[in-house]
Amino acid sequence: MNFKYLYSLILVIALFLIAYAGVEMAGMQFVFGILVPYAAVVIFLWGFISKILCWANSAVPFRIPTTAGQQKSLDWIRQNKIDNPSTTIGVVVRMALEILTFRSLFRNTKMALHKGAKLIYSWEIWLWVGALAFHWAFFTTVTRHLRFFTDPVPFPITLLEKADSFFQVGLPLVFQSGIVLLAALLFLFLRRLLEPQVRYISLAADYFPLFLLIGIALSGILMRYFIKTDVVAAKELAMGLVTFQPCIPETVGSIFYIHLFLVSTLLAYFPFSKLMHFGGVFLSPTRNQANNTRMQRHVNPWNYPVNTHTYEEYEDEFREKMIDAGLPVDKE
Amino acid sequence: MAEDLPKAEEFLANIDYKVPDTAWMDTPAEIRKGMYCYASNPKSVEYLGLPNARKWNPLDDDWQLPENWQEIIHNGFKERLERFRSVKVFMDICVRCGACADKCHFYIGTGDPKNMPVLRAELLRSVYRNDFTKIGKLLGRAAGARKMTLDVLKEWWYYLFQCTECRRCSVFCPYGIDTAEITIMGRELLNLIGLNIDWIATPVANCFRTGNHLGIQPHAFKDMLDFFVEDIEEVTGVELEPSFNRKGADILFITPSGDVFADPGTYTCMGYMMLFHYLKEKYGFDITWSTYASEGGNFGFFTSHETMKRLNAKMYAEAKRLGVKWILGGECGHMWRVIHQYMDTMNGPADFLEEPVSPITGTKFENAKSTKMVHIAEFTADLIKHNKLELDPRRNDHLKVTYHDSCNTARGMGMFDEPRYVINNVVNHFYEMPANTIREQTFCCGSGSGLNAGENMELRMAGGLPRANAVRSVHEKHGVNMLACVCAVDRAALPPLMEYWVPEVDVTGLHELVANALIVPGENERTTDLRGEDLPETEDDADE
Repeated sequence: MNFKYLYSLILVIALFLIAYAGVEMAGMQFVFGILVPYAAVVIFLWGFISKILCWANSAVPFRIPTTAGQQKSLDWIRQNKIDNPSTTIGVVVRMALEILTFRSLFRNTKMALHKGAKLIYSWEIWLWVGALAFHWAFFTTVTRHLRFFTDPVPFPITLLEKADSFFQVGLPLVFQSGIVLLAALLFLFLRRLLEPQVRYISLAADYFPLFLLIGIALSGILMRYFIKTDVVAAKELAMGLVTFQPCIPETVGSIFYIHLFLVSTLLAYFPFSKLMHFGGVFLSPTRNQANNTRMQRHVNPWNYPVNTHTYEEYEDEFREKMIDAGLPVDKE
Repeated sequence: MAEDLPKAEEFLANIDYKVPDTAWMDTPAEIRKGMYCYASNPKSVEYLGLPNARKWNPLDDDWQLPENWQEIIHNGFKERLERFRSVKVFMDICVRCGACADKCHFYIGTGDPKNMPVLRAELLRSVYRNDFTKIGKLLGRAAGARKMTLDVLKEWWYYLFQCTECRRCSVFCPYGIDTAEITIMGRELLNLIGLNIDWIATPVANCFRTGNHLGIQPHAFKDMLDFFVEDIEEVTGVELEPSFNRKGADILFITPSGDVFADPGTYTCMGYMMLFHYLKEKYGFDITWSTYASEGGNFGFFTSHETMKRLNAKMYAEAKRLGVKWILGGECGHMWRVIHQYMDTMNGPADFLEEPVSPITGTKFENAKSTKMVHIAEFTADLIKHNKLELDPRRNDHLKVTYHDSCNTARGMGMFDEPRYVINNVVNHFYEMPANTIREQTFCCGSGSGLNAGENMELRMAGGLPRANAVRSVHEKHGVNMLACVCAVDRAALPPLMEYWVPEVDVTGLHELVANALIVPGENERTTDLRGEDLPETEDDADE
């Protein structure tokens, strides 16, 4: 029996309860409102930067892009400048499409053995849809939250908010990003749980961030639409944190501390988890290099001399035979 | 063909994509006959000076490892994490989305979940987490970490030699994680404690000594090409004079020795020879073969980066010794990955050579100006584009041709349209396989990266299934009877694959097709192709 997702779920519920109990029963607003968020941000920044430096410190001995289109060769053959870039501009475009639109995942196919004899590959777009929806909704949500950390709120953020609540009638305004975020997370979770192959490869570390994010989205939605909390006070707390004049306004409800605690957990967990794909994708050698190795020499910083079998050694061994066969030799 | 293979229909019926009930970490690998290659011959390992040469058998409990093998693996891993950013990043960022799972030909053909690229990588990642990450050390299995044990090692060995380093999964991975890179690294680690397979170790030793994988000595190499001269004379009436190890030639030609040795590669080899003869007669083309650098392929690539470099060094060394201007390379897959992405870095700069220019068309091969090595498909496409070849494609009218992109020239180079242009000019009936099975999505022959041995035929037939299935579809739809390719391993591996899955289809190299169509000065009217098979009646004949 596979309990990996259950453990992760229990862990996230426990985090939920810890924050609730800590604030409601133990009155530890100071810990959950100030200490934990600060600690989490420090861990996040330290962890993220050291991971990136750790990767960057490793050498890139060879230029090994995965070439997914026609190379640059003869003038009259049309090069695929994005999937097989030979210039930095091409690489930038390839990377941008990869990072902003998940271009490689867009290609995804599904294989089926039809009637036990014929392999069929069909376009499988749902993973791409789910992944893209989640990431963009998450980005929008995070950006939207900047209004809690800025005063006055910059225009682009106000604009984003307006756009995000575009389809709205009534109050409070419903943000589409929050709903898309939750729906996409549920889809990704169900896919992981229900597809046997994906379930088989999944680790607890794959379920945990999903539940954590679902917890964050749920607590946020609860706070905004159902168990309302004092938004002005919440902003006061947030502004206190970013201006290093932390304070605990009394009217902030425990749901806020739960939300904040889950976000803090995510931040602290981030650098030590697979979530670092966010940083790693920029450093992926099969995507961020130009396919121009025959045009321009790439230098390997640790290229060391090796023991080879020289022509002299070769001729010494085979000279007689070579002469007999009429092959030219260097030493008669 | 191995006798103990089931019938093709039975083989298909037995593929089961159901995952086991036990978690993969609790499902030890069972090393099964037909799915693995024999252990390396100690003589070959010793000749190369690689570690732990001894006789061993993968089926034995005791693999006769050095006492501190765990330490060797750990330290080797650590060193490679520093040397290769690819490995370090790929160890950390996989999210196990599963997009790669059904992209692997071995997974499609075996249904074994450990052949999903993601799990193949997890075999190493789990140990990486245990040895090199804080969270893995802290949480152990809950974080997907596990200790290196003998069972884990055996699992590594079994599955790292069930990957052909074809990179198909890396096309689909949202982070570009390349299983080839992981397999290359894993095999490098295994080599540190003497766990290679003989189909790799012995060709490597041969290549080091004699200049080619097959161990053909210089005089025999010349003999073989002389046989081809006779065969070509029989078909065309024209006598060729290939030249060897000749100093001062303009160009050095290097091709995989498989082309010299075994059908149908030999016909491709004759194709090169006829093309060079044609160009010599018409335009004074000046090219030489080398017996010292008589191997284009590089099984060192399947051993370690260092071994790859040791073998590859001969190309530039020989070009320098002979004083040629540049190098022309024959049809091969992994040979071209090595030349295209590694050679200049490892053994360059080739500042003693000139930037390649076609002496016939004057075309500058800008794309090869640093490495100074041109692919023969690029070279021939340029000749045809400039109308420098007299061709009669009707001589290939008995063929309905499809084209198999070799994994390495596809995903490690991007050579797609050059060979297609050549084919379309020498053949009248060309049909593409389905879009998901060609170009950057091409399927491996199932035998690449040194796995084209005889004893692992079941594995090869499984791995080649997706390719064969795509060939079958164009065979049924268009009557395709010839599978063209630009890879010597393909020419060795695809014939048995076709025989098993689509027996009506034969295999050819690109330049065999070129040579059949090429009207060589002074030739007799051809009645057969290079294989000695009767040519179809041309329209002119039918009129008479």
